[in-house]
Amino acid sequence: MLTATGLTCVRGERRLFSGLDLAVAPGEWLHVQGENGAGKTSLLRMLTGLSHAVEGEIRWNGEPIQALGEDYRRDMLFLGHHGALKEELTPLENLELAAALDGAELTGAAALAVLWRFGLRGREELPVRFLSAGQKRRVLLARLVTRKARLWVLDEPFTALDVKAVDMLAGLIGEHLAGGGMAVLTSHQAMPIAGGKAVKL
Amino acid sequence: MNSLLAVIRRDLLLAMRRKSEVLTALFFFMIVVSLFPLGIGPEPALLRKIAPGVLWVAALLATMLGLQRMFAPDHADGTLEQMALSPTPMGLLVGGKIAAHWLVSGLPLVLLAPVLGLQFDLDAGALGVLVVALLIGTPLLSLIGAIGAALTLGVRGGGVLLSVLVLPLYVPALIFGAGAVEAHISGLGAGGHLSLLAALLALAVFFAPWATTAALRIALE
Repeated sequence: MLTATGLTCVRGERRLFSGLDLAVAPGEWLHVQGENGAGKTSLLRMLTGLSHAVEGEIRWNGEPIQALGEDYRRDMLFLGHHGALKEELTPLENLELAAALDGAELTGAAALAVLWRFGLRGREELPVRFLSAGQKRRVLLARLVTRKARLWVLDEPFTALDVKAVDMLAGLIGEHLAGGGMAVLTSHQAMPIAGGKAVKL
Repeated sequence: MNSLLAVIRRDLLLAMRRKSEVLTALFFFMIVVSLFPLGIGPEPALLRKIAPGVLWVAALLATMLGLQRMFAPDHADGTLEQMALSPTPMGLLVGGKIAAHWLVSGLPLVLLAPVLGLQFDLDAGALGVLVVALLIGTPLLSLIGAIGAALTLGVRGGGVLLSVLVLPLYVPALIFGAGAVEAHISGLGAGGHLSLLAALLALAVFFAPWATTAALRIALE
């Protein structure tokens, strides 16, 4: 369970939000909403531990995330604006190397199966720079399946995806939640996933 | 350990697909070293005297060329963020990146140096000492350079700042590295210089990945 109390975010001279409380229990998801520049990405980066809150505390299963360190990072997967994809490498290599960096086991056959599931059959051996924006996004999202994390922190996961991919991703998040997972995501669209709590910044 | 090897494998794979960056530094090293005998003229005694210094200075500058690109692409495409959020300790992953940097930009210099040394009329013994000194010294250059590259990450005009920051730190490596060859030529024996160079390397292997990781975490905030 992820809880945060009294979070304050300051960017330069501006105070983006203060005294923000939130909680995500297993099977729940959180929809972070707000205008452009309201601090959605800043909030997500705080929740991942990439940046520190000026005030407030974030706890994972009751322990502060800074104290948990690697144990928290093993349970959490963050997919941000940036692809974290290497343009020169193929989707298959990207996926396998990302898993290897995380110390996870991923066989070639399993990686292929995941890429096919994401509609990338026939594109496995093509350098990522030849793929379209939506296809790049699909390669990135394939990590949701290969890396078994309990908490997903997704920044604008539906950007650049076509209708079919949006449905598939929504289904994937639904499955994840049904299996006791948690998700925090930002999106400007109405979300095609049942349940969920909204946080307005 | 698997993660460390994975980082090295990934960076080598990337270097293979962006060959021009690697070859630029290598050709730079070859050309700078070769310009000296052409400019100074065929005086074997003088060439032998300046050879260690010229080869080492050229190696320093060639290493500097690729240094800024060590973390910048990873920073730009978000890979660095994922490394920081990986369950694997970031210091290990950074160590892997430094190792890959040496394999790509340091090791070729070591292998090329004896061939280029022939232009300076160095004998086999001196060439051997030069190779050993570069073999110990070039990893040191990658390790120290990584700290500088991490500290200047995301800074506008970081290239110049990086040179100003890193080149003074390269001075001990230059003194002991070039000194080893000179000591051998003058008959004093290179042992002392090489030991000191190795001691510096041991110290850097221990501290540099840690310092680099700390600097990268600041850059990511």
